[in-house]
Amino acid sequence: MKTTLAALLATCAALPALAAGEIWVTNEKDDTVSVIDVETLEVVRTLPTGERPRGITFSKDFSKLYICASDSDTVQVMDPETGDILYDLPSGEDPEQFVLHPDDRHLYIANEDDAITTVVDTETRQVVAQIDVGIEPEGMAVNDAGTVAITTSETTNMAHWIDTETQELFANTLVDSRPRHAEFTKDDSELWVSAEIGGTISVFETDGQTEIAKIEFEIDGMHPDRVQPVGFEFTDDQKTAFVALGPSNHIAVVNADTYEVEDYILVGRRVWHMAFSPDKSLLFTTNGVSGDVTVIDVANREAIKSIKVGRFPWGAAMRPTTSG
Amino acid sequence: MLIRLLVVSLAMLAVTPAQPQTKLDIPVIYLRQEVPAPPVLSNLDPIPEDRGIAGAELGLTDNLTTGRFMGHDYTLDVITVPQDGDLRGAAVDALGRSRLIIVDAPADDLLMIADLPAADGALIFNAAAPEPLLRGAECRANVFHSLPSLAMRTDALMQFLQKRRWDDLVMVAGTRPADSAYAEALAASATKFGLTVRDRKDWAFDADMRRNASQEVPLFTQDFGTYDVLLIADETRDFGRYLAYNTWEARPVAGSEGLEPVTWAPVVEQWGAAQLQNRFRDQAERAMTGRDYAAWAAMRAIGEAVTRTTASDAATLRDFMLSDQFELAGFKGRPLSFRTWNGQLRQPIPLVTRAALVAQAPLEGFLHPVTELDTLGADAPETDCTAFTD
Repeated sequence: MKTTLAALLATCAALPALAAGEIWVTNEKDDTVSVIDVETLEVVRTLPTGERPRGITFSKDFSKLYICASDSDTVQVMDPETGDILYDLPSGEDPEQFVLHPDDRHLYIANEDDAITTVVDTETRQVVAQIDVGIEPEGMAVNDAGTVAITTSETTNMAHWIDTETQELFANTLVDSRPRHAEFTKDDSELWVSAEIGGTISVFETDGQTEIAKIEFEIDGMHPDRVQPVGFEFTDDQKTAFVALGPSNHIAVVNADTYEVEDYILVGRRVWHMAFSPDKSLLFTTNGVSGDVTVIDVANREAIKSIKVGRFPWGAAMRPTTSG
Repeated sequence: MLIRLLVVSLAMLAVTPAQPQTKLDIPVIYLRQEVPAPPVLSNLDPIPEDRGIAGAELGLTDNLTTGRFMGHDYTLDVITVPQDGDLRGAAVDALGRSRLIIVDAPADDLLMIADLPAADGALIFNAAAPEPLLRGAECRANVFHSLPSLAMRTDALMQFLQKRRWDDLVMVAGTRPADSAYAEALAASATKFGLTVRDRKDWAFDADMRRNASQEVPLFTQDFGTYDVLLIADETRDFGRYLAYNTWEARPVAGSEGLEPVTWAPVVEQWGAAQLQNRFRDQAERAMTGRDYAAWAAMRAIGEAVTRTTASDAATLRDFMLSDQFELAGFKGRPLSFRTWNGQLRQPIPLVTRAALVAQAPLEGFLHPVTELDTLGADAPETDCTAFTD
């Protein structure tokens, strides 16, 4: 293990591509964020937040950090340099997950207990719209063009398609049980939605909202019931998706062209979400039950280190840094 | 709440959802036979008036939310028959109005309803009777069970005791029929998992144990000798609560008190359950019980089958529920589905104290060729049920 790591660090050091950066992780049951340095793979800062922090994302220029403080019923805005909470945004009740619109200004927020998606203008700090969706909204996505936002609702088992011009639903598509996370492919041609209890990812063609593929997962020696896809991320070239499989404690590596699963990587317990390092060579997964973050070497598709963070790490976001 | 949802639903239909819409009306009837609650020593845990009903009502709310995007309109009609009322007449009337009935009644009454000519081809959900016999020799093709059987619950407890190697057991059982049934289920499950209930005593005190448990219980339990766990069969929650910490030996209690295998409890909060608990508390203004869960699950099973099939007739829904296509997200960490041999909703069983979830069965290590959930309760090869085989 040590030698692998040393070798890896040596390799990395030799590559000028390795950009310095940090991975910010929300600890749901500690009311903190842990900041991991991508070079040293160590927690360098632990910062207090509101209650039950879950969703986490940066503004485009990384000058502001948005945190869903679910039990404080607010989205907090933090200065990532100082760790100070600058102000709170109105978010609707129990914000769980959100996504920042490409305009860098509007947050689309899932209000889990209220069956509502709230749209907040981060500049005026006003609620722009509230949209009734299904029960327990969670997964949030906006396409690159900024024209379509998605909310998935866990109990209604749907992806709700929101026209960002009118802030109204224009389509609702059924997916398998307990949809958790949604992402558009970079060219906006496809929408992927994971279903935790259904154990699948549904792939939709965004034109016409038709389902074109369903990805299933199978891990040797593991009952399918425990293989529960939740968070996932695409690589920059869009050829590969890394999918967190919850209590099966694995990350699946999916070929985004053929929709075939190519690999499974063992990580910590109940893996939720993930973020890439700035150069995309490393992937950091949050493992809720084991309270740690697994670092995956993306090229070799293997776990290289576990980093202890707070209790029940949930969301993850990357911030590049200039130092180092 | 309901009114608000309906208003929203109308507004929503105006914005042309792209999910292809098939207009459907799904009337569901909740039929309850009132039963006398036997007197118990403590006043601490009154049985909620709307036990079960509140669960079905939350299930309705959940179904309506999905339904509004699909053009599916669910209704729930609650019929309560008083203790000396005409259950048969009420059942015939209900079956004339809907083919989807949730029954909250003792086992005999459930069978009477299921065997009515009017019930032929209907889909009845048993949300209140835990007897294994209803899932075995006395099963009915038109009756599904959203409430776990006694055997599923006691199997769950025995898996836990087996895993902890607490295998030397003794039992104190009440004398009411429900206590005896639970005691029998405990004994059968102990045998199934290789544990021994070495001794059993009946609880026949008529004194008020709130005042003298500390004098009586040590003596009452002294001649058990040494053992690992004291099992308590007290399904009406009459005396069990006075045994813990008053036993002669310093040993834990389990069963109806202490470590309890349950359908559902307020302490279940994993797997998104906190959301279900919150929604229930907001709507019913109390904590969610196992009976509420069973009624909620019946309602949601109907909703899930209607959503996936875009049909509302009992035969189509029944077929779909028995197919491997059906899965219900029941906030227990795994998809729930119906056993094809007896219509039992297979589900994990939480093992809880009043303050915490201790474990959730099936426990790791109890293997099964199809699904570990079938290590709880009667499995396909051992079932006495034949009504589902045609």
